Amino acid sequence: MKTATRWFSRNLIRIYAVLGFTYLFIPVLYTFVFSFNNSTKSNLVWRGFTFNNWRNPCGAPDVCNALGNSLKIGLLSTAIATLLGTLIAFAIGRYAFKGRSLVNMLIFLPMATPEIVMGASLLTMFLNFGINPGFATIVIAHVMFCISFVVVTVKARIASLDPRLEQAAMDLYADERETFRRVTLPLLAPGIAGAALLAFSLSFDDFIITNFNSGNVNTFPKFVYISAQRGLPPQANVIGASMFIIALGVVLLGQFVGRRRNGAI
Amino acid sequence: MALVKARLNRKRLWPYILLAPGLIWLMAFFVTPIYQLLTTSTQTPGVNIGDYIQTYRFANFIDAIVGARAQFLRSFEYAFIATALGLLISYPLAYAIAFKSGRWKNTLLVLVVAPFFTSFLLRTVAWQQILGEQGLVIKVLRGVHLLGATGHLTATPFAVVAGLTYNFLPFMTLPLYASLERIDPRTMEASGDLYANAFTTFRKVTLPLSMPGVVAGTLLTFIPAAGDYINAELLGNPSTKMIGNVIDARYLQIVDYPGAAALSFILMVTILVMVMLYIRKAGTEELL
Repeated sequence: MKTATRWFSRNLIRIYAVLGFTYLFIPVLYTFVFSFNNSTKSNLVWRGFTFNNWRNPCGAPDVCNALGNSLKIGLLSTAIATLLGTLIAFAIGRYAFKGRSLVNMLIFLPMATPEIVMGASLLTMFLNFGINPGFATIVIAHVMFCISFVVVTVKARIASLDPRLEQAAMDLYADERETFRRVTLPLLAPGIAGAALLAFSLSFDDFIITNFNSGNVNTFPKFVYISAQRGLPPQANVIGASMFIIALGVVLLGQFVGRRRNGAI
Repeated sequence: MALVKARLNRKRLWPYILLAPGLIWLMAFFVTPIYQLLTTSTQTPGVNIGDYIQTYRFANFIDAIVGARAQFLRSFEYAFIATALGLLISYPLAYAIAFKSGRWKNTLLVLVVAPFFTSFLLRTVAWQQILGEQGLVIKVLRGVHLLGATGHLTATPFAVVAGLTYNFLPFMTLPLYASLERIDPRTMEASGDLYANAFTTFRKVTLPLSMPGVVAGTLLTFIPAAGDYINAELLGNPSTKMIGNVIDARYLQIVDYPGAAALSFILMVTILVMVMLYIRKAGTEELL
């Protein structure tokens, strides 16, 4: 008995962690399991195992159209936000200039503003200027809220760079441009890649701002929200589960590549 | 001489050139919209439905807040509870990953973020179905009579707060982990050497050193939770509506732009003031 309590108190934090992870994964597991449900319309009750939904992920009306839009919007917004955000991070991390605190404020504000406020205010502006919301306005909105997160991520990476590496390149007669291209940029690459991944997942998952500024363009989260009221088709679970597998694969691959690189050095 | 001067000027201009595209984007699509929101909030209805003219009616703000006071207070209450629960769940988790996981550290970190690769809405719908009338949980609870035959889990404030807590957990766990991981374990050993027990070490050494993570995590949870309306919509009932539901309905269904704009503006300013006070109080202004 005494050894049991001791084991318990010694492993308390581990037991806690296991419970925490269980909590985190319950809805993911549910989504996976019900992607195999043999139901045609509402996916509420278990009706038997089938591969049909996985064989035919576009089987439900409009689901792949919405997914395609989300992917296009995500890629485009990520590219623009990563570029603009990295440039800002460079300016903040590497240069002294007037108005720095104002710039920091402007980067911080979108992160401290609830999505619904940004969504409502953007739509107000578009309506006041007579612009019809659609694909372009979604991209505009997504880039806007992703920039700050890119800046913060890349800035942290720049701050952790060892300046001696660049000095060494200069000592070896590399000019500024070459040092940047062959030393600074490769060192920053993991940070920039991480920022891009973050931007993509923020964009892909966004509902509130998108719902305000999308007009009649459908996105995947919008599709889920609208069809949740009548019953979500199992194809939505298939797509959710696939995104999970793909994203996990990308992250693990990134870690693997990173470890091999570190090992090589 | 002129060449040197030109070079120097270019060097001085460089940061602004780098900043320009991103800042112009933020000025055009963040600052300008907020200004538009402010001007819309004092308009009054025109002749046609959906037409509004500027009359500088500042009473709109009072009308808006009086009409939605309950939802406004509820949003902050729910967000506060969800943030506190999130901190209670995430802190030990982040602590375990930072100090007790050994070579599993990276894997566990990936696992914290992994659930969030399935869509936010899908996970909320999943909770709705797990806890819902046809779900397993309710059958078990009714079976063991923990819940009456007419008792339910969804469409309750409990479900809304649980959903809010769940949805923002990684935003809490990751900053906590980042600041815990940076703590030199020798500081904790030193505290032990000075005869502090585990609890005192935690209170006097670990917790204060992890404060930047606590502040960042609570902010990243509280802000989106206060403005959220998905959880209230999918897991709640009409009496659990939050301020987000009101703004959404006023804007997209009732087409009361000034009212929605006034509410949005009040929400934004309230949160900003709270954030500023909180950061000042917690003394972590380097977050800015």
